[in-house]
Amino acid sequence: MHWIAEFYRSTPGKKFVMAVTGVVLFAYVLLHMVGNLQIHLGPEELRGYVRLRYAAPGLLWTVRFVLLVAATLHVIAAVQLTVRNRGSRPVRYAVRRYREADYASRTMIFTGVAIAAFGVYHLLHMTFGSVHPEFIRSDVYHNVTSGLHVPPVSLLYVAASAVLGLHLYHGLWSVFQTLGLSSPIYDSWRRAFATVFSLVVTLGFGSVPLAVLLRTL
Amino acid sequence: MRLTLYIWRQKSTTDKGRFVKYEVENASPEMSFLEMLDMLNRQLIERGGEPVAFEHDCREGICGCCGMVINGIANGPAGGTTVCQLYMRHFKDGAVLYIEPWRSRAFPVIKDLVVDRSALDRIMQAGGFISVRTGSAPEAHTILVSKETAELAMDAAECTGCGACVAACPNGAAMLFVAAKISHLGLLPQGQPERDRRAQAMVRQMDREGFGGCSNHRECEAVCPKRISIRFIARANRDFLRASLFYSKSASGKAGATGKTKRCFEK
Ligand code: HEM
Ligand code: FES
Repeated sequence: MHWIAEFYRSTPGKKFVMAVTGVVLFAYVLLHMVGNLQIHLGPEELRGYVRLRYAAPGLLWTVRFVLLVAATLHVIAAVQLTVRNRGSRPVRYAVRRYREADYASRTMIFTGVAIAAFGVYHLLHMTFGSVHPEFIRSDVYHNVTSGLHVPPVSLLYVAASAVLGLHLYHGLWSVFQTLGLSSPIYDSWRRAFATVFSLVVTLGFGSVPLAVLLRTL
Repeated sequence: MRLTLYIWRQKSTTDKGRFVKYEVENASPEMSFLEMLDMLNRQLIERGGEPVAFEHDCREGICGCCGMVINGIANGPAGGTTVCQLYMRHFKDGAVLYIEPWRSRAFPVIKDLVVDRSALDRIMQAGGFISVRTGSAPEAHTILVSKETAELAMDAAECTGCGACVAACPNGAAMLFVAAKISHLGLLPQGQPERDRRAQAMVRQMDREGFGGCSNHRECEAVCPKRISIRFIARANRDFLRASLFYSKSASGKAGATGKTKRCFEK
């Protein structure tokens, strides 16, 4: 068997793929968030960001391709690992108490699936506009403000930001372990790193629908 | 002390098993958990019943065979210890305790609380050794090992293979065990020649045995009687990754990523 196939067949191999693709997705998430935050500066700044995004179609499609591959691999490995992990204990404990595993770590597959579902909705809403009642292809500012004007929709966006934050609260800590990055020099900072960045992502993304909802835009 | 125990009773591997309720009176806080079970068993035998089977040997917290899950925590609530070193004073008078065996697909129940941990032995047989006979302990200065490295290797070598990590892991993963074994030899000079082969072979066997994968829940570290750190898991991941990239003796014998297969370790 080819060494890559052999590597992927192993549980640490799959987890390694999850970690690398997770980091790629996280990098995109950060860029996307910084872009979205331009909306707080005003319509022109947001349009500037959008123009930048579409300025180089080659780059845009490369990024989209990389994202699609990363997301696909992340989801496939997530499902395979979860199925395997659930199968490793056919008779469950009658009483189960956790000492360290937190809510975030135990719900990774659920927060993950929720993120995927939201991602599909979000694409249909803001990119293709097929579920957006007032979609204008060229006017991102309008699409965001009118789209998030509806309270259930903006609350869904806030909730999705929180769920993503929860996923990253465990993921950004766990990723160090998986990639073998452990050293007494920075181990004590890993928890803080994950906490801070999951909060940044939640607040960064969440601030846009909240701002629209509170009519400050 | 009075206790209400719900103990998992299972006649054999194929038996379905169930909880049976036992009332224990006049247990003393000075008793170890196993002594409390001994007392229960004596009463069961006197009444003509079948005693509860549990594994025990050293009763000094060394051998690692006395594991069981007490109220949802492997080795009980004290932490960092084995059940034989757990004392009844760790429990409240009148406590209700659910006592279960390690539950894992890779650890079939033999009887009651006794499970078959041979899967861990097979992982050791796959690579947890050094092939070259080194004779008796050499003069300490012939191979220099720094104090830090020696201590780290000793920390990993403390693993008794008790299986608490598997029992506690929400995924039923054996990663802490495997990581401790990979690290303990991988840290020392004598373990270097086979370091890549060892990491690959042990991980592969771990997967074959049906253990789950590590999700970094950290439950293993919390219940390990020897408090082995999950830092060893990061180290084992590193070793496994490096071995896959640069060594990779694949099952089919084809060369790995670098195109060279180290023949000297092939059968
Ligand atoms: C923006 C999207 C996403 C980002 C930034 C992200 C990020 C991450 C990161 C950094 C990890 C940690 C990897 C590790 O522990 O080594 C992770 C783990 C995980 N992700 Fe995601 N993820 C995303 C979407 C998803 C989706 C769509 C799913 C699933 C259906 C998913 C399911 C999982 C699962 C189950 C784990 C834990 C795997 C395990 O520990 O065994 N994620 N994610
Ligand atoms: S009986 Fe040996 S560790 Fe408990």
